[in-house]
Amino acid sequence: MGDSVALEAREISKAYGPVRANVQVNLRLNAGEVHALLGENGAGKSTLSKILYGFARPDSGEVLAGGRAVNLRSPRDARALGVGMVFQNFMLIPAFSVAENIALFLTDLSPIVFTSRVEDRIRRLAQRFGLRVDPRSPVRQLSVGDQQKVEILKLLLANARVLILDEPTKVLAPHEVEELFRVFAALKAEGFAILFITHKLREVIACADRITVMRQGRVAGESLRGEADARALITMMFGEQGVGAPAVAQGPRGSGLSGQELFELDGAASHAVGSETKLHGINLRVRAGEIVGVAGVSGSGQRELGDLILGLRPLAAGRKLLRGIDVSRWSVGRMRESGVAFVPEDCAGMAAMPGMSVRENLVLGTGRRYWKGVSVDWKSLQARMDESFRALEFPFPGPHMPAGSLSGGNLQRVVVAREMAHDPKLVIALYPTRGLDVRSAISVRDLLRRVRDSQSGVLLISEDLEELAEMSDRLLVMYGGALVGEFNRGEWSSEQVGHLMTGSSEAAGAR
Amino acid sequence: MNAPLAIGVIAGAVLSGTSLLYATLGETITERSGIVNLGLEGILLIGASVGFASAASSASAYLGVAAAALAGGAANLLFGWLVVSRKANQLASGLAMMFFGIGASALVGGPFVGAVITGLPKWRPSFLAGLRWVKSTTLFNYDILIWLAVPVALLVWWALFRTRWGLGVRAVGESAAAAFASGRNPAMIQYQALFAGGVLGGLAGAHLSLSLTLTWAEGMTAGRGFIAIALVIFSKWHPLRAIAGALVFGGAEALQLQLQARGADVSPFLLDMIPYVLTLLVLLAWGGARRLAAPAGLGRTFYGSE
Amino acid sequence: MPGDRTTAGRRLPPAARAAARYGLITVIVLVVFGAILLAAGKNPLKAYADTFVYALANAYGFSELLVRLTPILLTAVAVAIPARLGLINVGGEGQLYMGAWLATAGALALPHLPAWVLLPVVTLLGFSGGALWAAIPGILRARKLVNETIATLLLNYVAPLIVSFFIFGPWRSPESSAYPQSPAFSDAARLPSFFNTRIHAGLLIAFAALALYWFLMEKTRWGLQMRAIGGNQEASQRLGIPVATWIVVALAIGGGIAGLAGMGEVSGIHGRLRQGLSPGYGFTGFLISWIAGGRPLGILLMAFLFAVITSAGDILQITQGLPYSVINILLALLLFVVLARRPAQRGAR
Repeated sequence: MGDSVALEAREISKAYGPVRANVQVNLRLNAGEVHALLGENGAGKSTLSKILYGFARPDSGEVLAGGRAVNLRSPRDARALGVGMVFQNFMLIPAFSVAENIALFLTDLSPIVFTSRVEDRIRRLAQRFGLRVDPRSPVRQLSVGDQQKVEILKLLLANARVLILDEPTKVLAPHEVEELFRVFAALKAEGFAILFITHKLREVIACADRITVMRQGRVAGESLRGEADARALITMMFGEQGVGAPAVAQGPRGSGLSGQELFELDGAASHAVGSETKLHGINLRVRAGEIVGVAGVSGSGQRELGDLILGLRPLAAGRKLLRGIDVSRWSVGRMRESGVAFVPEDCAGMAAMPGMSVRENLVLGTGRRYWKGVSVDWKSLQARMDESFRALEFPFPGPHMPAGSLSGGNLQRVVVAREMAHDPKLVIALYPTRGLDVRSAISVRDLLRRVRDSQSGVLLISEDLEELAEMSDRLLVMYGGALVGEFNRGEWSSEQVGHLMTGSSEAAGAR
Repeated sequence: MNAPLAIGVIAGAVLSGTSLLYATLGETITERSGIVNLGLEGILLIGASVGFASAASSASAYLGVAAAALAGGAANLLFGWLVVSRKANQLASGLAMMFFGIGASALVGGPFVGAVITGLPKWRPSFLAGLRWVKSTTLFNYDILIWLAVPVALLVWWALFRTRWGLGVRAVGESAAAAFASGRNPAMIQYQALFAGGVLGGLAGAHLSLSLTLTWAEGMTAGRGFIAIALVIFSKWHPLRAIAGALVFGGAEALQLQLQARGADVSPFLLDMIPYVLTLLVLLAWGGARRLAAPAGLGRTFYGSE
Repeated sequence: MPGDRTTAGRRLPPAARAAARYGLITVIVLVVFGAILLAAGKNPLKAYADTFVYALANAYGFSELLVRLTPILLTAVAVAIPARLGLINVGGEGQLYMGAWLATAGALALPHLPAWVLLPVVTLLGFSGGALWAAIPGILRARKLVNETIATLLLNYVAPLIVSFFIFGPWRSPESSAYPQSPAFSDAARLPSFFNTRIHAGLLIAFAALALYWFLMEKTRWGLQMRAIGGNQEASQRLGIPVATWIVVALAIGGGIAGLAGMGEVSGIHGRLRQGLSPGYGFTGFLISWIAGGRPLGILLMAFLFAVITSAGDILQITQGLPYSVINILLALLLFVVLARRPAQRGAR
């Protein structure tokens, strides 16, 4: 472990309007060390990292690099000091090759670009630190794990000595996470400083030399490797009355396995255009009173599956059956009217019209039910929606409020109330808790369980294995557009599923 | 098709296709940086009118070319101010530029209608001059803009794909956010791309008035700007493919002229439709596959971070 | 709407805001036009006086104003309806010509029918001609084959050529004349005119179209669906709204309204089909709709303003020797000003 302080935050404070994102935060990042910044969503980790990278200016306090106070006016300044950041949303250009993406970020790129030279540099570095990717391949063809490697290579080639990674393991399967930690070890050994932001306890305990825990904008505690255990860290993260981190253990089981068959896909396949994933040979069943989870990484076809079931995407082969009726050719409208509801991740983007009022959004999602003559029966709509909101214990925002002025959580509640208003028989939930804070996520999961308990069926498409473990009565795994695994509750491990999700055969083992 | 007709069409294709190629190359650069300029028609008109007016007043066609290039560049910068600095909708701004070009060019060219100019001088390499099948045609007897057309296309290709600047331009067109994160200034890059595009557009217009027709008339570009926009898509935003595209469309126009000259009993109006219908059919045939080739950020405005 | 704030940070009531906006635009027009006139060596005040006297204060001049207003009001609505879905229809020119063409076909084929039959037929044909012409780009866009902006633009060039083909060919009037045109329509096919001027029933159709547009968008469930598509196309699809169908329908309706403008020109004004029916009415309509942000009242006001400007252009060409092209520059500058204001908070949809 190195002693020199590579990067330091001293008494950093930052507020966004009334929200105090960082309050007098102190953090020291040493060379040759992996430092984990742990905290729940909204704890202030993102803000701090943005400040350290020059993306945001602190209201007070200072940033020191190599012991000297620095004024970071933009990421450019940070990069000049050898600080690099890997974001959750990669700053990669899908159409460019790996080499072109990296070349874009090189600070010493010659005016005339010789791609082969860049490729050689990439290969040498990749070798040194175990970041193997083909410099020539277009980035859009790479797996998420490989794309992350490209991001790291970008920083290394730009001579970064301090690497900040924001939730790097969120999109990785378990064995890819291990690979990433091996990369950290290699970098650490050569004196690099790594700051890695996460909310996953197990990873932190596995790989961090030093841990800083943040809660509600402040540093809630620090710890060294070996000193801390999960309970201590949880207490620091959540305070004394801590809401426990979602348990890995599996949640209460539903009654579903003997329920009536609600929905079936029989040999379903679909076409794909461009970067979409082609589905083939999908055999899937959802019964009343069960939650079927679908695990997969991006590119596995999860989204295409959800669209196929909803009717947005036509079947190229096979059949789709709703309570025994062949609905293969039904339009989205018809599917919805027959009781298929859809809860997406990004309501403003996928399920609501931000520019229109709440009541307009409500009626648009209910098909023809409230049509009256040339216009709409607003009264009946209001009455029915009032009921739905009440049953869910959600507050009803004013009907004329523009949907775009609601917060993300409130908008999702409106969408959910709308979807639940007519007792749907099948609920398709697509990454429903992505980006939500803990409380909202828990309430969404509770809702899905209630739907199941009222003898409807739920198809939960998610990339969060912990969530799937807690919720699924049965778990399906997708990879490359096909179903590669099916398990009942309690019969699977995350290691197993992780391998299936990433298409690596378990027998192949580590590289 | 007999030989004289074929040669006539090919020869005509080169003549008509040149201004199409310059316009397409210019628009390719700007679209690679993420900006669509529907007002290309206006830029061409500005180039044609300014070029003609300068040539007529100074008796130098070359001066006309230079003036046209600068005028085109300046006009595109005006467009850039709207869409880059003021973040206005690109399509509406483009149409505004089209109106502007129509009006401004009429104003500039008005006093010179009917003026007689000596156009751009042409020459033919001596080793070809002797050939029988070449002598009676326009083949290889070209002005400087035609001779430079393919080299300019190569230059544009090289600039976009082999230089640091071109990498930046393409990055801005794909993801202005990524380009910004790499330390670049997307707005500045877009302005540069727009200027380059405008210069080429001005040259395209100049070729029409200073070489092809040796006149100025209001609206003389007759939709070439829109055909060039379609050509950019047709050539998948690639400068070298644009050469082929310009020849094909120039050929269609040449075919129409040749048929008319031979007294073919086809209504000139139907023949006039060919370029536009052909463009539509080509775009149709391409369908969705085309979308992958477009710069991902085309048409969007960038709002920066924080 | 969330973005509409004055620089002082207070919200003005919507009516005041709208009045301020259009008032500002009018002032800008007067100032810029005045500057252009000065640059051209003319006296702006005299020019404005001439315009007022001949276009506004004069009965005949005012009637001509209304004549000009008719087609551009229609082409503006033709743009506004698809715009609510986020579609950009710049094909007003072509749709106008095709409406005129199909209306002429009907008038020439059935000249002996009585007016109460023929007029509705001709009107319907005018609508259909434009609607079909716009449905082509609509279908192409709905199938994601070709962007409707490009498709409508390209078809703008084809339609006048079709009209010319017919005028020089199958429909060439046997009467020798300085320029080719179709035979004159029978009286039954002519839209009635009013007050011994050239104002024709097309003006009523235009107002009706504007009113129907407002009603459709704000008060019906169809308008709700169209606005939803314009607000968020992907979400609309997921909610079961038949987006592809609406794209075609909206463009067809828009095209049909532009077609009515064409029908109005041939049936109300000229009484026959000729070349050069439209000095850019389609594009003018686009600008009007854009500047007005698709709002019906704004469309009316801006259309009126544009009618005054183009009247002024003609008048000033006569009284002051000003080239008409100056009007194009003026319109462009007006659009520049609107586009350049308030980045990211423009009211246009």
